[in-house]
This record gives sequence, C-alpha cells and structure tokens, in this order.
Amino acid sequence: MDFRLTEDETALRDAVAEFATEKVAPVIGDYYERGEFPYDLVAELGRMGIFGAPFAEKYDGAGGDYFMLCLALEELAKVDSSVAITVEAAVSLGAMPVYRFGTDAQKERWLPRLCRGEALAAFGLTEPGGGSDAGATRTKAVLDGDEWVINGAKCFITNAGTDITEFVTVTAVTGTGADGRPEISSIIVPNGTPGFTVGQKYSKVGWCASDTRELFFDDCRVPAENLLGERGRGYAQFLRILDEGRIAIAALATGLAQGCVDESVRYAGEREAFGRPIGTNQAIQFMIADMEVRAHTSRLAYYDAAARMRAEQPFKRYASVAKLHASNAAVDNARAATQVFGGYGFMNETPVARMWRDTKILEIGEGTSEIQRMLIARDLGVG
Amino acid sequence: MKIVVLVKQVPDSGLERHLSSDFTVDRASASNVISELDENAIEAAMALADAGQADEVTVLTVGPDHAVETIRKALSMGPDKAVHVQDDAIAGSCAVTTSAVLAAALGTLEYDLVLCATESTDGAVGGMAQMLGARLGVAAMTGARKLTVDGQKLTVERQTEDGHETLTASTPAVVSVWDSMNTPRYPSLKGIMAAKRKPVTTLSLSDLGLAPDTVGAAGATSKVVQAEPRPPRSAGQRITDEGEGGVALAEYLASQKFV
Ligand SMILES: Cc1cc2nc3c(=O)[nH]c(=O)nc-3n(C[C@H](O)[C@H](O)[C@H](O)COP(=O)(O)OP(=O)(O)OC[C@H]3O[C@@H](n4cnc5c(N)ncnc54)[C@H](O)[C@@H]3O)c2cc1C
Repeated sequence: MDFRLTEDETALRDAVAEFATEKVAPVIGDYYERGEFPYDLVAELGRMGIFGAPFAEKYDGAGGDYFMLCLALEELAKVDSSVAITVEAAVSLGAMPVYRFGTDAQKERWLPRLCRGEALAAFGLTEPGGGSDAGATRTKAVLDGDEWVINGAKCFITNAGTDITEFVTVTAVTGTGADGRPEISSIIVPNGTPGFTVGQKYSKVGWCASDTRELFFDDCRVPAENLLGERGRGYAQFLRILDEGRIAIAALATGLAQGCVDESVRYAGEREAFGRPIGTNQAIQFMIADMEVRAHTSRLAYYDAAARMRAEQPFKRYASVAKLHASNAAVDNARAATQVFGGYGFMNETPVARMWRDTKILEIGEGTSEIQRMLIARDLGVG
Repeated sequence: MKIVVLVKQVPDSGLERHLSSDFTVDRASASNVISELDENAIEAAMALADAGQADEVTVLTVGPDHAVETIRKALSMGPDKAVHVQDDAIAGSCAVTTSAVLAAALGTLEYDLVLCATESTDGAVGGMAQMLGARLGVAAMTGARKLTVDGQKLTVERQTEDGHETLTASTPAVVSVWDSMNTPRYPSLKGIMAAKRKPVTTLSLSDLGLAPDTVGAAGATSKVVQAEPRPPRSAGQRITDEGEGGVALAEYLASQKFV
C-alpha cells in the first residue's frame, strides 16, 4: 500500500503548483487588500478544467475524480486560500449537489458552464439562526401550483454574489415528514429571481478575496422542477455533500499548513539575527520540524479519506478525522510561521500573515471542530 | 493546415546544470524539463488550432528515452500526436547534425508549418530554423513575435534589437518564435489525462535512412574542448550624483540603447 501519485495526478499537481506560484502569488495580495473577487484567475482555472475536475466529460467536466480536485486545492492553498475556497465551494458545494442529485435536464442545463468555470453556483444551508444544527432550517418553501414559494434567509454563503453566480441551491422546510419532523428539501434558485436578494459582501477576517453573502428570500417563486432530487431528501443530500466537502477542506488546510512550512524554511535561511541566520537556532528548527510533521500527517489523513471514498468504502469518520486534524495543523502552522517571520509576520503584505488570517475559518466552516469530534465519537459508538 | 512543433527536453534552467566529462550536457543527473520557449511554439500552434486554422498539430522531439516525459507534457497542452526520434547513436550530436535528423524526420511527416523556438534554453545556438529551412528547401522566418496565417500566406513580425520587421512567406515554411509572441497555456486536466492516450511514434536512425556515423558525436561538426564557469558578476558602474546624476544616467542608458 502506498500513497504515491499516478502520472496524471503528478502532472495535475505540478500544473496547478506552477499556476499558483506564477499567476496567483504575484497578484492575490492586492485582491485581498481590496476585498475584490479575482475573476481573471477563476477564468484561467476554468480553462485548466479545475472546476470540472470530478465531473464527467459529457457535462464538459475533465473526467477526473474528487481526489484530483483535492490535489488542486492543496496546491492553490499553499499560496492562497481565497482562490482555493472559491474553487472548493464552486465544485463541492455548487456543482456537486446538481451532479449527484439532479435530473438529467438540470445537469444538462447547469453543469457545463460550471465545469468550464464560466459560471459559479453556491450552496445555502447555514442560516442566521444556526449552522451546526443544519436540520433546524427555518427557511420555508411552499408549493403553490407549479411553483415553490420560498421565504427565509441564509448567511455566510460562499460564491453566492459574484457577477458570474448563476444559482444557489438552498435547503428549506417543505412540510412535515411521516415521523413528525420537518421535511427538508433542496431547491435551485437562480440569481436574479424576483424575491431573492443577495446581501452586501461581509467584512471578513480572512478569505478576503472570496465572495461570502447573506441571502434573503421574500415570496421568491421558482418553478416546481427546480426541486433538486426527491422532495424530503434535503437533509440526507447535504450530509453526503458535507462528508465529501470535509476531505476537500482538509486538502485546502493541508496546503495552507505546507505553505507555512515552505515560507518558513526560506525565511529561516535568509533572515539574520545576532549575526547568523535565524534557522541556525534550534528553537526555529524545531518549530519548523513540528510544522512539517503536522502538514505531512494532514496530507496522509486526507489522502486516506479520499482513497476510501474512491474505493466506495465508508469514509465519513475519516473525512472528519482529516478535516479536524488538518484544520488544527493549519492554525498551529500559521501561528508558528508568523512567529518565525517576527514583525513581518504581522504585516499584511507577508504571505504568512494572510495565511494566519485565513486559517481560523478552517476550524469553523463545513462543520466546526466540535461537530467533527461529535461525528467521530458518534461513529465510534460513544454517547 | 498541418503543423509540426519542435520540442526539446533540456536540463531545468532554474536549477544547477552541469557538463559531463566529454563537455556534453549532463542530461542523466539533471532534472529535465521542456525547453521554455518551446511552450511558446506549442501555444502558437494551439492558438491556430483553436482558431480553426490548423487541423493537426504534431510534436517532434529528438532525444533519449526519458524525453518521452517532455513529449507528454507537450501533448498535455493540446497537440494531437508526437514523433520521438530515439537512437543511441544520436547522443553527442551538434546542432548541425541534429538539424539533419530533424529534417529527415520532417521528411516522413506532412506539414505546412514547422514551429520552433528561436533558441533552446540549454545550447542556445539559435540556428535550427535557418538550418531546417535550408535542408528542407523552404522559407525560414526566425525570431517571430507575431504570426498570422491567411490561407497559404504567413506573415511574421520578426523581433529585432531596435524594433521589428515584417516578413511574409508562403507555406510550407519554418517559423521560430520568441516568448514575446504569446503566453503559453497551462495544461488542462483534460489535456493531461488525454496526453497518455495520444499516439507517439518512435523512429530510429534506420527508419530515417540515416547512417549512425553521420550523426551523434561521430558526425558532429563542432566539439566543445573546454568549458569554464561563468565569471562572477562585476561590481557594476556606480554614478555619484553631483548635480549631473540624471544626465549621466540618461547617457548610460542611451549608450546601452535602452532609451
Ligand atoms: C467565510 C465563511 C463561508 C461559509 N460558506 C458557507 C456556505 O457556502 N454555505 C453554507 O451553508 N454555510 C457556509 N458557512 C457557514 C458555516 O458552515 C457555519 O458558520 C458553521 O457551520 C458554523 O455554524 P454557525 O456559524 O451557525 O455556528 P453555531 O452552530 O452557532 O456554533 C457556535 C459554536 O457552538 C458550537 N456548537 C454548536 N453545537 C454544538 C454541540 N452540539 N456541541 C458542541 N459544540 C457545539 C460550535 O462548534 C461553535 O463553536 C460559511 C461560513 C463562513 C464564515
């Protein structure tokens, strides 16, 4: 057993790594500072087929798999997380629900442009009243003739308000199930539908070049056929989507953790204090060695979860392990890397400063660290 | 139109490079990559293909077994197929003998346009397009920063030290390009996965009807007899500003043809 990459996987990783250092690194600091969405980088990643990585060629996908997406995310996040999360959310939250649960007509209508990176889609689960308890959705959708009428609000939704966002898949209560619990369904709501308002961009601590919005639905009407998959399957659908998404977030976190190592190794050799490179101090060496251990074990954890998913084995627990471990590693490494950089580490122009700001969300988004622990314990049969 | 793009595997110019004891490039221990400017030649070909002006793009490489890595990389950018000329007797060829091998290989292919880099990042001889033009009896337009195709008419903006000149020729022709011509695309994931399935034809010297002693070290027209490391950078020229600093700067830049 081993985790060596295939020729294709290596070539993809190298191409994305080249793109990240040549195209993303020189410009992303400015986008970040201005809080602007990097449309040109998204377009180029679209041409490279990254947005279509795990999707079939008949929808203009690349015919690869989810692990390839993860490799691309890791390479992007070594340099920058805003672009990486834009891709992650676009593929795994935007397009994947349609790919997995959509009708042929929905797939043919929406997927090709998403796969080519010409359009983005978002997934609206979290509400102002709660994210972890996603089953407690308050947004409602009522079938009125051949239309759904949606009322409610969603918050913190990635990619929901860019110029190229075409739709948001939202979860809503559509009735009461046989067991007396709320019946949740997913509905595709195209941007621009009357009654659907996208809020202003949030001012965020990190991921500043990524698009995050609040969404409002006020008697918003969409055709009945915009229901995604079966009515009442919304809860099961997003659990599946989030399980996979955790592997992707783990890959992104691994990239950030590795980026901190790479930057620190370079700086420790260049920066001098007391007449010698700071890297000659054991204190710095050990800090960097520990960072490498965390980055490497994060990578092994997400490779393993992705391998189980690819083999169609149960992978839920391992996706949570990978997400929990890698997001921890990212936070720890960003803290250590900014320490290695000293005062420069506190300056926004230094890449590790951006990584420090981008890292905290990794312990929150797509299931907080507490939720990951709950899921792991539950899967172990505890409690 | 059918295009053949010449592609060469070279040691990575971003890393340490060495010569072997016989003063040939040490390719065995180097990290080998596609010669950077060749990506511009591939991009030029693919841009024509994307615009519907080329219906077939073939990559042609002369090189050892491991040059196939470079062929895959080139194919991942979009070309349809590749030809790999591989023969142990080719090792140690000079640029002139390499051009004989390339010309013979081109003789087995159909082409309207041969695209290549103006120079490689290893030898940087910069004469391949001219030699191929002569051997094939077709026009060679070198150092292009722009290429337009109108039916059988090729128009090239040739980059010179002072600006550019415009050249035209009819197909078939050889055109060598500079990196100012375009920005090479990154391979797409689809392209990467498709590259493995694209046909690569391997040809030996006997397939090309070339005698082993006419190529390689045996047939080389030039031989490197000595090599020295590049001298360390000199300190440069310092201009002290005593009121005339700006003038001195401008004069220096003008003398170097920067302004
Ligand atoms: C930048 C950004 C982008 C996002 N993108 C999206 C998106 O595209 N789509 C989307 O739907 N959502 C998105 N989210 C929302 C994100 O998934 C939620 O913020 C996250 O799931 C947590 O939900 P919450 O914020 O409501 O926190 P809460 O659920 O209110 O949790 C608050 C705290 O309580 C803890 N907690 C809650 N329940 C328990 C429990 N049972 N036991 C122990 N501790 C518990 C949590 O771990 C957390 O520490 C995004 C968020 C951000 C910040």
